[in-house]
Amino acid sequence: MLQITRSPRVFDVVVVGSGAGGGTAVKVLTEQGLNVALLEAGPMLNPAKDFKEHVLPYQVDHRGAGPHAEMYFGRQQQAFGYFSAPNGNWTLPGEPYTVAPGSQFQWFRSRIVGGRTNHYGRISLRFSDYDFQPEDGLTDPWPVTYSEMSPWYDKAEEFIGVTGTKEGLRTAPDGNFLPPIPPRVHETLIQKSCAKLNIPCIPSRMAVLTKSIHGRAACHYCGQCGRGCQTASAFTSSQAMIFPAMKTGKLTMLTGAMARELVTDSSGKVTAVSYVDKATRTEKQIRCRAVVVAASACESARLLLNSKSPRFPNGIANSSGVVGRYLTDSVGYAASGYVPALANLPRHNSDGIGGMHVYVPWWLYGDKQKDFPRGYHIEIGGGFGMPGLGSFSGQCARHEGYGKALKDKIREEYGAMVSFAGRGEMIANKDSYCDIDPQRVDAWGIPVLRFHFAWGEGEVKQVRHMEQTFASIIETMGGQVIGQQPDPQKAISVGGLIIHEAGTVRMGSDPKISSLNQYCQAHDVKNLFVCDAAPFVSQPDKNVTLSIVAFAWRASEYLAEEMRKGNV
Amino acid sequence: MSNAEDRSQGTRRDLLRQIGAAVSLAAMGGEVLTAQDAQHVHSAVAEDAAAQKGPYQPKALTAHEFATLQRLSDLIIPADEHSKGALEARAADFIDFLCAASDEMRDIYTGGLAWLDDEMRRRYNGKDFVGAQPAEQTAMLDLIAWRKNESPELNPGIQFFSWARRMVADAYYTSPIGIKDLGYMGNTAVAQFSVPQEAVDYALKRSPFA
Repeated sequence: MLQITRSPRVFDVVVVGSGAGGGTAVKVLTEQGLNVALLEAGPMLNPAKDFKEHVLPYQVDHRGAGPHAEMYFGRQQQAFGYFSAPNGNWTLPGEPYTVAPGSQFQWFRSRIVGGRTNHYGRISLRFSDYDFQPEDGLTDPWPVTYSEMSPWYDKAEEFIGVTGTKEGLRTAPDGNFLPPIPPRVHETLIQKSCAKLNIPCIPSRMAVLTKSIHGRAACHYCGQCGRGCQTASAFTSSQAMIFPAMKTGKLTMLTGAMARELVTDSSGKVTAVSYVDKATRTEKQIRCRAVVVAASACESARLLLNSKSPRFPNGIANSSGVVGRYLTDSVGYAASGYVPALANLPRHNSDGIGGMHVYVPWWLYGDKQKDFPRGYHIEIGGGFGMPGLGSFSGQCARHEGYGKALKDKIREEYGAMVSFAGRGEMIANKDSYCDIDPQRVDAWGIPVLRFHFAWGEGEVKQVRHMEQTFASIIETMGGQVIGQQPDPQKAISVGGLIIHEAGTVRMGSDPKISSLNQYCQAHDVKNLFVCDAAPFVSQPDKNVTLSIVAFAWRASEYLAEEMRKGNV
Repeated sequence: MSNAEDRSQGTRRDLLRQIGAAVSLAAMGGEVLTAQDAQHVHSAVAEDAAAQKGPYQPKALTAHEFATLQRLSDLIIPADEHSKGALEARAADFIDFLCAASDEMRDIYTGGLAWLDDEMRRRYNGKDFVGAQPAEQTAMLDLIAWRKNESPELNPGIQFFSWARRMVADAYYTSPIGIKDLGYMGNTAVAQFSVPQEAVDYALKRSPFA
């Protein structure tokens, strides 16, 4: 039996996980004067060393292929490439998960301070009123309304900084925006194409600073947000929330700390978090008055399911049996096109911010003609990106041949390609969930997750709609669609691939069918909160990060208040 | 034709010889480099060589394999009136470097290059790829550079050429020469992002929205 070391100190709150939710909890709780300990399963982030911003490929001998040419064989150590910010991967050494027979699912995990916020796309969209209170009855209502959440979105946007414009669209509620960024040339064409098709295409809402706020410098427009930003102009929980909290003296950081179990007393309250110190492979316990679990939707479900006791035989906060259920990811489909009007476009610096300057919010809410429920938004790509390995593999495969003809084609098409990615709402179904695999443990002895996943018919139909819409936009601007997959069953993304997992510890007003109340507080355990996308009752077609920050902020202020009142 | 042994000597004369090769290859493809361009080639090669502290020494491929790869790279992305080609951009150096870093990669190239020589010998009286006439070299590539020619006989060559073309393009367009050829102007800090009106007008004028 391992010797378990208990911390003598009792922290006010232990936060598990340092991404968007954990970072927000750490920021808010330390500002409220509470003593907080943060458990992160990965190492500390050092932006000066870990971010490969502004490095040209030829400044590295393998140019991004990896020291053993891994990229060419699909084995790269980082899912988004060598130059990406430290971000994690689909598989982690020693930390497996399993997928049930007949299912397909890929689980992306980040093990680093800041989690996925170090590299994420920074798309920051508010959920709509109908996302919280669905009018079609296909999913349960959230225990909060848009008007209740709006002030928390305000706080989140004011702090992280989000670009945008007020548009008055119900499908894309307005916020407190920083100045937008002008469209690139291909984005201007796409806007014109969309206008012809009666599709809105509006300035993007991105967590990138178009002016300096809160001591973070304005963007310098190198387009490399995905590599991590030395000036913290692109939002990360590590740089914007956790590092400042460390300076307050209120935060104790524990890195390489893999949470194993929440420990409860006879009254059913959490008294400590048991974790594995990876460096020494010893089990330790850190004592606390309350715990905020923000380990990412599925990892949080795993921790709760693994926290079994006579009082909580199905795992803590799971008397309803919903933990692990209602697993969703965004519906994903992508297509690209070649636009002759952009051929040999006069060269200029089009880097801008990392990602799109305009996007298409959902535009058919309430439309009776469409044959699928809910909707999707469209993310846009193109421009003169920094050339990297693989930048012209498409041209090589499409044009084939060799010599001057190929070289001319590549020069002509550089900057003339556009891409579209649909991100749509999945309706939770009974076949999509995660549970504990009874056969496997990870390298730390912790039982692993097993995934079950199936798209519904509506999601497949949605992908067909995306395919037709993208083709219309490309063709209306005189372009040609490239690499279209006409079979939506094959074209739809693999579950998990869009990295928007949600719903696995859902909130609700009825404790019989939900785990958490409207403040992300467990119905069964008053001093347990979950603050990532696990509480989300549905998977709106709007990337989850901004909502994670808003909900975590609200939950943390509520927790601090309840602790002051002596209720927790 | 330059080959790895020449390069390994690292003399100024060898560099000049490579430039001569580059010029004559360009001429062969119907493109003639001006003296000024040749001077450009010269300076850049010299600068690159200086930066490398001497010519690149193949780490995984034999001198013959390396010379074959260099010739292939020159055929895949040749110099033209805009810019120098993959030979001058040292695409073969990058590929050899990765062959040394990965056995799987090395096997793709040693196997593919051996197939190429074997096929050339069979077709051209025992001449290997680098020893064949330029027209014979391109006749071979005209077969293996296209999927439409897929057949049990040619498939190994078609698969190999697809690797070589993709990686020569990777090497070239991530090199200073290739980046300049494309005209990438970013990776720099600017205070404001703006789009030149000239570029917007160019695209609109050529679009259905004109």
